[in-house]
Amino acid sequence: MKGSVIKYERDNIDTDVILPGPYLKIHDYAELATHAMEGLDKDFHKRVKPGDFIVAGKNFGCGSSREHAPIALSYSGIKAVLALSFARIFYRNAVDGAFLLPIEIDESAYKDISDTDSLEVDVSKNEIKNLTKNKIYKMKPFPELIGKIIEAGGLFNYKP
Amino acid sequence: MNITEKILARASGKSKVSPGDVVFVNVDKVMIHDVSGPGVIAVFEKLKKKGMKIEKLWNPDKVWVAEDHFVPAADKISAQNIVSLTNFTKQFGIKKHFKYGMGQYGICHTLSHEEAMVLPGEVYVGGDSHTNTTGALGAFAAGLGHTDVAYVLLNGKIWFKVPETLLFKLNGKLPDHIMAKDLILKIIGDIGNDGAAYKTMEFGGTGISEMSVEGRLTLTNMTTEAGAKSGIVEPDQKLRDYLAARGATKYDEVHGDADAQYEKIYEYEGSEIEPTVAKPFSPENISVARDLSSIELDKAYIGSCTGAKLEDLQAAAKILKGRTVKIRTEVLPAAISIFRKAMDEGLLKIFLDAGVVVGPPTCGACCGAHMGVLAKDEICISTTNRNFPGRMGHVESQTYLASPLVAAASAITGKITDPRDLK
Repeated sequence: MKGSVIKYERDNIDTDVILPGPYLKIHDYAELATHAMEGLDKDFHKRVKPGDFIVAGKNFGCGSSREHAPIALSYSGIKAVLALSFARIFYRNAVDGAFLLPIEIDESAYKDISDTDSLEVDVSKNEIKNLTKNKIYKMKPFPELIGKIIEAGGLFNYKP
Repeated sequence: MNITEKILARASGKSKVSPGDVVFVNVDKVMIHDVSGPGVIAVFEKLKKKGMKIEKLWNPDKVWVAEDHFVPAADKISAQNIVSLTNFTKQFGIKKHFKYGMGQYGICHTLSHEEAMVLPGEVYVGGDSHTNTTGALGAFAAGLGHTDVAYVLLNGKIWFKVPETLLFKLNGKLPDHIMAKDLILKIIGDIGNDGAAYKTMEFGGTGISEMSVEGRLTLTNMTTEAGAKSGIVEPDQKLRDYLAARGATKYDEVHGDADAQYEKIYEYEGSEIEPTVAKPFSPENISVARDLSSIELDKAYIGSCTGAKLEDLQAAAKILKGRTVKIRTEVLPAAISIFRKAMDEGLLKIFLDAGVVVGPPTCGACCGAHMGVLAKDEICISTTNRNFPGRMGHVESQTYLASPLVAAASAITGKITDPRDLK
């Protein structure tokens, strides 16, 4: 996966800003995408390109269980979120619904990656290449079951 | 094993599980509402397009449905969602559907205890993050998204990583001016928004034994705000009496072993808890109420699964009785059964006499959906559970989270007020 970075240097980016409450009644995935990140960054949907990555701090996706949040990001073109840590329901929604990859990175990678950097993510090697800065970071490997569900293409394709 | 580990072991057919184990557990009850229900319907449609045949659910008798987020229908789309939900329950033969305007209905997490929809020892999942609430009934209760709930509806099971458990011991009773809300805000302030991420928060100690079931429900409700997978309280006689009053007497209780293990034990002295408020824009951002007495408010909101149970309304009424509110104030009982009890006890008259508007049960403005959302720069004190930017309306509005006692006292003065300081 190759793409450029949209970085939000903050912790606790909650689902209320990723996809605000009034849009919970919407279940059309393409329409949800037009409201992605609206509570934090009104220009997100103009800026985001297919294949982009979001980079953020700890506890990304905390708050409500709304699957609208990973759906809105995924249908905006986001392939992975790289964060210091994830809230649990966002994490499993992203994986079980096969919407995007929740990738845990460490503090040094988080600090080093800048907005608009180009990255290449290789999950098989647990590696993130920063093509702009010519650096390589390690990602935290997915736990065994998570890796298998991702490989299967979501929970419904996974055979326990 | 502790209670959570024992419930998950039983539900996964194992004699022992340990934190970190990944297990597929059999689910006893599952809940959808007017947001997660249409979300599940969208997942079903996606699966059907891929060629999957979906003709029946694993067990429609274990599924129940609430209408709460956008009732009364906020607009055409939410009205349509409720029609879709009704068609869904008919199509799949789900009998327990609490419909707005047809007797008992209310916020899903409130119905879970008011109607004893979930029983001790059970595994309960719901399409809502505050599903944790129901753990106060001695059950494992966790929130899931649409795909996971759809999977449970078709397969009757789901994966969980067995969580580490944090034990919060409350020593001694909370004083009269303190509510469970103050304690849980204090705890979240201490451990942070992700202080219990992926973990279970168990509550015990003499203060919890003394606490009402409704108070315990406030604690488990807000475990979500510390990132917890679930919150739980061991069953006791108070819980048995509470459930018996709601017609539930047969269930298989689970208790932790004498040598139950916890990742960490936290101790709180009941007498030391202060009226506590979470400032914008995060539940962990706490202060004691007295330090915020200069904050001028536009509105007070007494509602939601967190702060509009019967005891919450009784607490607010105790403050509002014989007084008049200085700012716009709303009370929205969390279920019709609570609305009725509030009427029978004369609480509604106290609210109306104080100038408060009483509305129907709904998630409403708590999640910024509709019915009393905040304008830019408006400041609200609320008995709800979250105060992230835009949570209750405009992204530049502000919400302070507080107990019903603090919210009602603040409604009287128009500023954040410790109930002890009310003249």
